[in-house]
Amino acid sequence: MKTIKFLSTAIFASALIFSCSSDDDSTPEPVLEEEVITTMTITLQPFDDQISSVILQTQDLDGDGPEIPVVTVSGNLLENKMYYGSIVLLNETEDPAENMTLEIEEESLEHQFFYTIENGLDAITEYNDVDPNLNPIGLDFVLTANAVSSGSITFTLRHEPTKPNTGLEDAGGETDIEATFELSIQ
Amino acid sequence: MRHYALLVLLFSSITSLSQNCDNTLTGKVTDIHDGQMLVGVTLTIANTEQSVQTGLDGTFTFSNLCNDTYYIQVSHPYCLTKGFRVRISGDTNKSFKLEHHIEELNQITIEGKAYSNKSKTVLESSINNEELERFSTGTLGNALNSLSGVSSLNTGNGVVKPIINGLHSSRVVIMNNGVRMEDQRWGAEHAPNIDINSAGNLTLIKGAAALQYSGDATGGIIIVEAPRIAVKDTLFGKTSISGISNGRGISINSRITKSNLNGWYTSIQGSLKRTGDTEASNYLLSNTGVFEQNASIKFGFNRFDYGIEAYYSIFKNQLGILRASHLGGAGDQVRGIASPIPLIINDFSYDIGAPRQDVTHHLGRVIGYKELNRRGKLSFQYDYQKNNRLEYDIRRGDDRNKAHTDLELITHTLQTNFETNKSNAHHIKTGIIGRYQKNYPDPGTGIRRIIPDYTKYDLGAYAMFDTNINESLIIEIGGRFDYTHMNVYKFYRTSFWESRNYDSLFPEIVVEEIGAQILTQPKLNYYNSSATLGATYSFKDNYKLFFNYSLASRAPNPSELFSEGLHHSASRIELGDLRFNSEVGHKFALTLQNNNKNFSFSMQPYINTINDFIVIEPVDVRQTIRGNFQVWEYRQTNAQLIGVDIDASYPINEKLKLNHQFSLVKGYDRSKDEPLINMPPANFKNEIVYKNSEYNNLRISLQSAYVFRQNEFPNNNFEVYIPQTETNEIVDFSTPPNAYHLLNFNSSIDFKTSNKTALIVGLEISNLLNTSYRNYLSRMRFYADDLGRNFLLTFKLNY
Repeated sequence: MKTIKFLSTAIFASALIFSCSSDDDSTPEPVLEEEVITTMTITLQPFDDQISSVILQTQDLDGDGPEIPVVTVSGNLLENKMYYGSIVLLNETEDPAENMTLEIEEESLEHQFFYTIENGLDAITEYNDVDPNLNPIGLDFVLTANAVSSGSITFTLRHEPTKPNTGLEDAGGETDIEATFELSIQ
Repeated sequence: MRHYALLVLLFSSITSLSQNCDNTLTGKVTDIHDGQMLVGVTLTIANTEQSVQTGLDGTFTFSNLCNDTYYIQVSHPYCLTKGFRVRISGDTNKSFKLEHHIEELNQITIEGKAYSNKSKTVLESSINNEELERFSTGTLGNALNSLSGVSSLNTGNGVVKPIINGLHSSRVVIMNNGVRMEDQRWGAEHAPNIDINSAGNLTLIKGAAALQYSGDATGGIIIVEAPRIAVKDTLFGKTSISGISNGRGISINSRITKSNLNGWYTSIQGSLKRTGDTEASNYLLSNTGVFEQNASIKFGFNRFDYGIEAYYSIFKNQLGILRASHLGGAGDQVRGIASPIPLIINDFSYDIGAPRQDVTHHLGRVIGYKELNRRGKLSFQYDYQKNNRLEYDIRRGDDRNKAHTDLELITHTLQTNFETNKSNAHHIKTGIIGRYQKNYPDPGTGIRRIIPDYTKYDLGAYAMFDTNINESLIIEIGGRFDYTHMNVYKFYRTSFWESRNYDSLFPEIVVEEIGAQILTQPKLNYYNSSATLGATYSFKDNYKLFFNYSLASRAPNPSELFSEGLHHSASRIELGDLRFNSEVGHKFALTLQNNNKNFSFSMQPYINTINDFIVIEPVDVRQTIRGNFQVWEYRQTNAQLIGVDIDASYPINEKLKLNHQFSLVKGYDRSKDEPLINMPPANFKNEIVYKNSEYNNLRISLQSAYVFRQNEFPNNNFEVYIPQTETNEIVDFSTPPNAYHLLNFNSSIDFKTSNKTALIVGLEISNLLNTSYRNYLSRMRFYADDLGRNFLLTFKLNY
């Protein structure tokens, strides 16, 4: 008899716990990632305002999802011209898009852009901004297009690099952005 | 049967009348567990009136015995009565061992007994209290590592996950004080949330034979028990303080226990550990500090036929993950692997910065039991667990100090078990279990959930039966069935949902589309059967042969089903598959054991074939705005693990002893015909122990551990383009590190400080030669060496 009592109490108690657990049918809210950078736009504004600007853009709306970034280059550079370069970072998963450049500016001590020119592109870059310790950030730069040529330029954003440094080789830190654009100088 | 035996005894005693009968039988009776002399044990020679009791020194003497075989019954009020067959030939000396259990609390008795026959046909390995105390500053994984066949998957020194015969994570079930741990064990970098100091005994079962705990332990089961408490009026405790050189830390642990003869008892335990950055042999491992705070309390009431016990423990662990292991994409990995030293080495610090883990685990249990008129014992248990896991990453802006993963897993379990314990020949265990689990990933992290919201219901039932066919053969058979239902809310990226073709396969589970994400509600059901069949055969005097076949079925875990995105701590993209079914393992294990005083050994070969084995492996490199990432995808295959564990022990004399251990496991993916990843390399441990109980229990040991290089591994390397050098570089994620050899020294000595107190001083030096090495099973091996030399000085006061 005692056994039956004990067992029935046990079963009743379990029924109680299991029945009160299916109370919420509300669906979870989506997470809109605030931190991601989906889009990098680089505007190359010529010193000489007779010629047109060149805009480089990479856009990766699904972040680490299966779609690859869409890379566009609006036109060609002209030989022996200098351009002001400026970088704008956006998070377009939000509406309206959030300007992530501001975050980099606020934490300029912990960020730096690097420009890697390769495959024969005859151009040079120079930093045009500094952080409070007078080290470059790289959101603004000057690009000089020399002779007629073509090749690529890679923009790398490092988070928590060693500052100052002599380049990517000794900068350390971790890569937040890495995007390559094919350019031609005419 | 009994009558027949009596008859035999009767005849044997009649025939003996005519013999020369002036021999004596002397000996002692000791506790099988700690070797203590047992006082007041009654020894009766069957079929005669001869009966004696052991004296204060545990010894006894029978006189006037003939040269013959006698059957002697040995009984003690607090022990199970046992019979022994003794052959008298002249004056004979024979010692007996009794299982001195019932003196201890009854509750523990059922547990203790249940624990000592978790499975009668698989050799269990265990670590007792004294041995465990040597690991008090380490982790559960470190202690288990000392057993043959166990290795560990490490993420630095803080995350040590046991691997049993080549399998880990969801394939290893951990029972903590009778509660199945539900602490998000699916992740390779999630260590078991158990304080080693709360344990009094650890038992390992390689395989799924102990069906009373679970049916899905394809790898094995680890059983953690709290120390036993005796039923007597007593108050005792211990406190230990350790200084740790590597990490410049301290560890404090204390326990106090009060028990009464009337059955009430309480035990409280707490521990604290704090270390800073640890060191490899040549450099500092930045951000590897640990801050651990744990406590547990147990109280209960015990009578021989009923009792109740409540247990609660809290485990809180904050641990840093090597700073240099946190990387962006594949380009960073190339740099990290190529660099001979970690990319980031800062000055020594106690700070635990990002990346770090902060885990809190609450565990509570109430168990009641009742003896049912000689039929057996019925117990009823409810347990509750709450696991909160926070992981912090390197972040920017307002999110800087926010966790990137915040998971809360709550589990309620109810179970009732029945166990017969009256017949010595047959033994039945049966029970039913119900479990409710809810996972809540906090969306406030601002990072897409790595594990989705889900509720899970489990219902299981098992029955096990064992019988002694004759004195030397035991047969065991058991079966279990588990039903699992999962109700999940999962957000998929629309791009992934479509690329996987889920939109045409599972249109019915879509709830709504929000921006670039799709909310789905998968409802999954799994029906799992498991079984065990085994036999134990004893022969010659000390030999035993165990054979066991176990069938285990494991439902896929949430990570295998739902992963879909960047796994920050591994800097790789991981993809699960909603379509997975349960994996089913068949393990055949054979053990030959010889338990001889002069030389003991065990040899355990096994073969484990797992169908629909879920494995994660690299398939692709994906381009993102953050650079290139390797894509790892889960898939199901047929796997086979073959191995052998060998233990041997040889006492040179009373004080000096040699211990040897060798483990080998080979794992293959049979569908692709290639080796499985992360299989423990063969390893060889040899130890010499000097122990002198006459000289303050002085114990000195020197251990040599040799780990071979893993020569069989799948090639998961991939190529990535590095713009700076304009070259394609191979990211070498496959090549195992070289073999290594470590020496470990351990010593301890006891000092009696008063009648009731003793001070034990211990000195341990691990990695004595400060060898620099990398471990194939460490996730940090790509970026840094393993730990260098460590001095550990411990003062322990027993009172």
